[in-house]
Amino acid sequence: MMRYVLITAFVALVALLGVGLTLNPREVPSPLVGKPAPNFQLPQLHEPGKQFSQKDMLGKVWLLNVWASWCVTCREEHPVLVEFAKSGAAPLYGLNYKDERKDGIAWLKQFGDPYVLSAYDRDGRIGIDYGVYGVPETYVIDKKGVIRYKRIGALTPEILKNKVLPLVAELNKG
Amino acid sequence: MIPELGQFALALALCLALAQGVLGIAGAARGDRIWMAAARPVTQGQFVFVAIAFGCLTYSFVTNDFSVSYVASHSNSALPLPYRIAGVWGGHEGSLLLWMLMLCVWMTAVTVFSRHLPDEMVARVLGVMGLVSIGFLLFMLFTSNPFLRLFPIPPDGRDLNPLLQDPGMVMHPPMLYMGYVGFSVAFAFAIAALLAGRLDATWARWSRPWTTVAWAFLTVGIALGSWWAYYELGWGGWWFWDPVENASFMPWLIGTALIHSLAVTEKRGSFRSWTVLLAIFAFALSLLGTFLVRSGVLTSVHAFATDPARGVFILIFLSVVIGGSLLLFASRTARIGLGGGFEPVSRESFLLTNNVLLAAATGSVLLGTLYPLALDALGLGKISVGPPYFDAVFAAVMAPALFLMGVGPLARWKKASLPDLAVRLRWAFGVSVVAALLLPFALGQWSALVSLGLLLAIWIAASSVVQLRERVRNAASGAGVWARLATTPRAYYGMLLAHLGVAVFVVGVTLVKGYESERDVRMGPGDTVELGGYVFRFDGVREVNGPNYVAARAEIHVSREGKTMTRMYPEKRIYRVQNQPMTEAAIDPGFTRDLYVSLGDSLGPTQWVVRVQHKPFVDWIWGGCLLMALGGLLAASDRRYRVASSRAREQAYAAAPAR
Amino acid sequence: MLSKAITFVLLMVLAVAAWGKEAAPVAEDPVLERRLQTLSAELRCLVCQNESLAGSRAELAVDLRNQIRERMRQGQSDEEIVDYLVSRYGDFVLYRPPLKLTTLLLWLGPLLLIVAGLAALFYRLSRRREAPAIELTGSERERARALLSDSGRERL
Repeated sequence: MMRYVLITAFVALVALLGVGLTLNPREVPSPLVGKPAPNFQLPQLHEPGKQFSQKDMLGKVWLLNVWASWCVTCREEHPVLVEFAKSGAAPLYGLNYKDERKDGIAWLKQFGDPYVLSAYDRDGRIGIDYGVYGVPETYVIDKKGVIRYKRIGALTPEILKNKVLPLVAELNKG
Repeated sequence: MIPELGQFALALALCLALAQGVLGIAGAARGDRIWMAAARPVTQGQFVFVAIAFGCLTYSFVTNDFSVSYVASHSNSALPLPYRIAGVWGGHEGSLLLWMLMLCVWMTAVTVFSRHLPDEMVARVLGVMGLVSIGFLLFMLFTSNPFLRLFPIPPDGRDLNPLLQDPGMVMHPPMLYMGYVGFSVAFAFAIAALLAGRLDATWARWSRPWTTVAWAFLTVGIALGSWWAYYELGWGGWWFWDPVENASFMPWLIGTALIHSLAVTEKRGSFRSWTVLLAIFAFALSLLGTFLVRSGVLTSVHAFATDPARGVFILIFLSVVIGGSLLLFASRTARIGLGGGFEPVSRESFLLTNNVLLAAATGSVLLGTLYPLALDALGLGKISVGPPYFDAVFAAVMAPALFLMGVGPLARWKKASLPDLAVRLRWAFGVSVVAALLLPFALGQWSALVSLGLLLAIWIAASSVVQLRERVRNAASGAGVWARLATTPRAYYGMLLAHLGVAVFVVGVTLVKGYESERDVRMGPGDTVELGGYVFRFDGVREVNGPNYVAARAEIHVSREGKTMTRMYPEKRIYRVQNQPMTEAAIDPGFTRDLYVSLGDSLGPTQWVVRVQHKPFVDWIWGGCLLMALGGLLAASDRRYRVASSRAREQAYAAAPAR
Repeated sequence: MLSKAITFVLLMVLAVAAWGKEAAPVAEDPVLERRLQTLSAELRCLVCQNESLAGSRAELAVDLRNQIRERMRQGQSDEEIVDYLVSRYGDFVLYRPPLKLTTLLLWLGPLLLIVAGLAALFYRLSRRREAPAIELTGSERERARALLSDSGRERL
């Protein structure tokens, strides 16, 4: 009896470790998926006088991308976003996170601006509300203002094609 | 040329490891004396080649050969020589080479110190260790070669991680690996005994000193790691239940159980299958630790650079070695006899109960370490299991085990009586209860946890005194006290010392957790802060240049009741190459307390954030570990393990029927 | 060199001028700071490999500590603050996993291990007492004595 238990337990352990190899321990799924996007009201990056709020987007399916000029991965992700913006599948908004205003603007000037507009989160407060812990992060938000998907780390053409675009199409239908 | 030589030496070592495995195991199976005899020199040859490889890598480090990829990423021309040497094991590949070297040291030790064992046994032990060695050499050559060249050759190296530029780095990994790898000897003895179909008291006696020595090394290795974290990480913590720490702690716990279980098996010939299982588990947990640290399945403070290919390799290796052992175990246990009998109340039972508690403690640590992984794998969300969980669970499981430590050694083998034990221990119990209730008042503030911790520690110490007293009294009459003490075997003193070490350790943990205090203050020149009766005066910061860093060094004047006690120099360093800030805490160690000062951020030209900590009895934690390790070494040096060339014993082994 | 010397002298002058002042605590409110310390020691820093929020020097950890401090000042209880963090980052931030269905085994596991282990041990022990130990034959006994040549001595 004892030995069967032992061997079964060992096989289970090895299987677990094997599955573990395919997982990323550092990726924390957001509990916000399926919940309404937290409220915010922030000045815009380019025009500090104007405000932007997630409420402005009710009735639309849109993407919120958290970025910063100091973030290396954002630079890798950037061409993908530019492509996405060109396709016009959904409006893409930026959240410029813990950045200097002039650095952020210069960065967009240099690499191209895929965003309809970027909100400016100087001290990262809204970032915490959205559970941001690594930049870049991207949220897909539906017409009712509910977060439907969150990507931690860079968007890739594959993720865009297999995950984001079908989701956006489906949400637009509903 | 030298790196290629090193690689060639590793390849040759692999060939010899293959030969060692085959000659040892097949030789013993066929009863071929020549094959069996050949296993020894082949093992020693493997040691020579691995040592050559290790020497080659060290040479590349010492001569700053940045054409070697591993050297380029773990060293720098400005790195001081001792750290260039320690840098050999500063990364994944080199630490594996250190691991291999340690394995060879242990194997060679077996060839040297086991001359009095039957050839068949030694051949099997070496054969099993050869198989383990094959696995690690293949792992190194195929996924983690330290000798790979880099082109173009970088002008300088990327430097050793500043955290590792510390004397702790020189000592901690070799000690830890000696312990980790040492359990492979206990494992090999167990497998050899299973292969021979002879699990008996002699097997237990042969593997006991090896297990104890490996355990002692592991104890020192873990303690050094904890001490290093304490002074190097700069926040004064000494144990964080990080997966890497757990990876070294689990084999230690099972190893502790194994030492005690071997005692029962040697003395009474019983619980052999359990003992064998523990030997397999101890090594399995060493391998599991290797997997956890090097595969990247768990996040940890000090994991190596990880690579899934390495994870897959170790996992396969682990499955083959441990899976194979368990299958072998399963196919042989039916034939393992019961051994000598004993009553439910007896020293055997106490030892085994402690065994169960230690195994449960190990299981709990394993559960906590792997639970987040399991939930994630099942798609049930991500959680973290951290110090609050482990502290609570571990203390709860170990408290009864500590209590039993006081009773077990006094109980008679075979049959003991509880009323009798109660009478013999009543004074020890009374003294510890009273002392535990009153001492916390003397120390400042009464708390239940402090009182409980002290109770257990004093209980262990007091019952040790009772043991020694009874031993002297009950010894054959006629001899004087000193003569009786002198004839008491070293193994006995070893046990007493190790148990006292546990008591000292418990005192340290209890008091530092109960009474440590700290203050975070802003300090400018002349500012003072008072903590634990000491006054710390900040006498300014000046810039100093190290060999490969610049530092802001503060001077802190410490006084007590107006009398100057010491000056402390905490630093904030920036290592030039990796541009990484490091907090170098200043510690004034003491028998009853450590003063711990670390420098935080600079708040302007002369203002700094300073954290001062008062840590009562913190050094007892590591002192206790040291006593445990010394106790282990003392026990392992007992005369009866050294009686060599006992022909009668060998013949008896050869003639004994397999049961 | 000279400038360094001057700085040093200046520093000394400043030092003497400021002699004997009690150092100010980093935090304005030490009681709140202690509460923050206790709470954040049980929370995990998300960006670091494996550090508590209290111990980490990462920027996000500093932000989160500020956020917690602010909420404490607003009079929120520890539970409210923890609930807020969990609603944003999930149970991952908690070093003390909450007791729920999925963590039942985690919290009960140690107890189960002890109970099962002790039960198995006592079962074995009682069975062993019923089954008489295998007696050695005379010659076996002799061999055993040869094996354990110094068995007369007390051993551990």
